[in-house]
Amino acid sequence: MATAVKTVVDCISENCPMPLVKTRAAIMDAKKGDVIMVKGTHPQSYEEIPMALDAMDIKVLEQKYEDATWYITFMVS
Amino acid sequence: MENKKATIILHSGGFDKIMSAYIVGNGFLSMGIPVSIFFTFWGLNALKKKGFDRAPLSKMNMLGLGRAMIKRRMKRHNVASLEELAQSYKSLGGITIACTMTMELMGIAKEDLREDLVTEYGTVGKYCYVSKDAAITLFI
Repeated sequence: MATAVKTVVDCISENCPMPLVKTRAAIMDAKKGDVIMVKGTHPQSYEEIPMALDAMDIKVLEQKYEDATWYITFMVS
Repeated sequence: MENKKATIILHSGGFDKIMSAYIVGNGFLSMGIPVSIFFTFWGLNALKKKGFDRAPLSKMNMLGLGRAMIKRRMKRHNVASLEELAQSYKSLGGITIACTMTMELMGIAKEDLREDLVTEYGTVGKYCYVSKDAAITLFI
């Protein structure tokens, strides 16, 4: 992916609702245009973080699963 | 998407019910939806000093054995503790209203409460005023 990731949010092994919470905290700390990548293992958060981003009108740039870890990348708007 | 407000009345003092209020509150905040939790009646006990530690399970507490079991399982499954949930709720901007009518009724002073968690004091008027613009209201 061409856009450089500014912040990586590590949610490996974290359970509900912490991946959502950490994602939101990272957005609050970020500036418009910053690219954030969240990685985690909690399966439902792979679906629900994009829902939260949609609620905040933030578009997902990339979303993938590799082995048991997922990665969600987005730009703060 | 327009982010509307959510309000939660926490009337119950059970460990599991306090957990639910904070988990749902954190969920809304994570989606950019402002949240206020109104701690009233038994729910206010949660905000007392050591309130999180003393809260019994609402079912199968078994003199604290059930609560200890749940806490062990929470740790094993990496579920955030009540304290962590309360701190993240606060850091994401969640509003915590302590019911002053309950405080009077139960003889609870401000010093008895976790003032680091309480953002506002008020009664039903404040809750209703905050809720009038809320799209979502939950009673726990």
